[in-house]
Amino acid sequence: MTPPSVNPPLSAEEPAENPQPPKRRPVKVESSWSIMDRIGLGLAWAAGVTLCVIAGAIVIYMAYKGLQYVNWEMITTAPEASLDQSASGGFLDPILGTLLLTVIGILIAIPVGVAVAVWLTEYGRPSGLARAVESGVEIVAGTPSIVLAIFGLLIFQQSFMGLFSFTAEGGAVFGRSFITAGVMMSLVALPMVIGATREALNTIPRHVREASYALGKDKATTIRRVLLPSARSGIATGATLGMGRIAGDTAIVVILLGASMTITPEEGPGGLLRGTGSTLTSYVYNNSPAGEGNAPEKAYAAAFVLLLIVIVLNALVGLIGRRNKPQWN
Amino acid sequence: MELKQDPQSTNGNRVTGEPGKAGGATVPPLRRIVIESETAPIHVSDAVLTPDAFQDPNAGVLIDQEAESVWVEQRMRTEALSIAYGGKVAVNEVSLEVNSGEVLALIGPSGCGKTTLLRSLNRLVELTPAAKRTGRIMLDGESVDDFDVTHLRSRVGMLFQQPNPFPMSIFDNVAYGLRERGSKRPRKKELEPIVVDALERAGLWDEVSNNLSHPALALSGGQQQRLCIARSLAVSPEVLLLDEPCSALDPISTAIIEETIVGLRSEVAIVIVTHNLQQASRVADRVAFMYLGDMVECGAAGQVFGAPAAERTKEYIGGGFG
Repeated sequence: MTPPSVNPPLSAEEPAENPQPPKRRPVKVESSWSIMDRIGLGLAWAAGVTLCVIAGAIVIYMAYKGLQYVNWEMITTAPEASLDQSASGGFLDPILGTLLLTVIGILIAIPVGVAVAVWLTEYGRPSGLARAVESGVEIVAGTPSIVLAIFGLLIFQQSFMGLFSFTAEGGAVFGRSFITAGVMMSLVALPMVIGATREALNTIPRHVREASYALGKDKATTIRRVLLPSARSGIATGATLGMGRIAGDTAIVVILLGASMTITPEEGPGGLLRGTGSTLTSYVYNNSPAGEGNAPEKAYAAAFVLLLIVIVLNALVGLIGRRNKPQWN
Repeated sequence: MELKQDPQSTNGNRVTGEPGKAGGATVPPLRRIVIESETAPIHVSDAVLTPDAFQDPNAGVLIDQEAESVWVEQRMRTEALSIAYGGKVAVNEVSLEVNSGEVLALIGPSGCGKTTLLRSLNRLVELTPAAKRTGRIMLDGESVDDFDVTHLRSRVGMLFQQPNPFPMSIFDNVAYGLRERGSKRPRKKELEPIVVDALERAGLWDEVSNNLSHPALALSGGQQQRLCIARSLAVSPEVLLLDEPCSALDPISTAIIEETIVGLRSEVAIVIVTHNLQQASRVADRVAFMYLGDMVECGAAGQVFGAPAAERTKEYIGGGFG
């Protein structure tokens, strides 16, 4: 920081060197800041650094704890029901469950999300309906996933939803399966897909659309052949963010995927999708001191693997965002 | 130096417009004069007001010499065309002819309605919900409203201020207009001759012939704009609308585009909106000057720049406003 006393001699010297003094006054930067501005800057700086420290601490601590316990066998063996930690197996099924549930959720979220985003951006009439849809998306985005889970259970336990999960002999519908959890998980990812797709569509200049119309193309062709290909990287970014959210969600898994740690397919066609299972999040929950398993070492190991998956997904978001983005002037 | 008007031109050197009260400003009433081109050749040296920029005698003459070999035929016509956005009149009772075989330049200060007029010719102005149009626009004797809008736009192509190739290959960009026309998607082999021809006419073939599969957005700005010309030409339009096509380009690219435009006018009727008066003088056979929605003056380029009939045109060309 420059002390205020340095400036006057400088400006006093200048006329001597230069017969025509410059009209511009010497610029004081820091010294013109008020004390409140300085405190504000300091706090903002401190907040940023603190966040970095917290993020680093999480990764380092989980790596330290996880790497201590994680091993190849743990990743490649299925969980066993045992009170003895050494005999309770690994978490292969939860890893596969996480992947399967993420794929189901995002496969539902992408077409629905893209359709909603295209309608909102390119049509959006009547405007009242568009505002209602926007509010709907915001409400879904703001709903805690445990509420989505309970709501999903309410829906999928109805007898006409028996197709999607195990139906007991008396006709009671279980309501818990990969497909029912995947449907509710798609709602977790949906706002991400909609948001990123809308943003990508909005960055396409108007004249690009008009260029397509000016070649005699209608709106549907323009959307399909020009706008969606241009928005591809945005859609991929939203989808990847959504996958991260699905992989990290616990409430829907605990309530809608059943309590079994292993993947348990139902009989008949689509048995895997109608069956129950677990994910890394529910595995961590169950094996934490708060859960039934109480095998903290395995919980740490699984948490580390989950963190790795989410970090990789986030890195992919960055990569996709930088690549394949059409740039118009 | 004689500037001869092409005898085929039906629109000749004509000054239209009524005593204006544009934007509340009082402007001197316009004399309505008709100059028959054959009987009254215009001498640049006689021009009342000739800005330095237009004293290059080659500009107008070269084009007019060429024009004699070009068949001029009416393609589009507007009749008392008015367009308003909300309550604001952007184009006021404009009657104008667009002929094949010549380049028509629309000039005028910002906000004078020239781009709106241009965008109305392919009904692109309809995309603005607040825009309201009255008066008629005819294409080859038929009202543009009677056309299916997609059909109209394939006959009246358009180029924009910013080069805007689609995020696909060079080939696919040019073929874009040809594809998805009917239920049957034409094969690449069928499209190839048309694509090559369009790229040749747009003067881009030599530069891209080896990399048709490369992404179009990797081309330079000038090449992108010529690709956009090729993309428009591929659907064989009768009229090409250019909305300040060089405003985002460097002087060399601008010169190449201008050359392309002049070369194309024998096959396509060209309307160009430009802020650059020198550009208008370089490429245009006929110039229409607009001011606050009114068509103040429309005539041969040499006449409008050399001896503008209206006071407002003189002021604009002389740098009085704008």
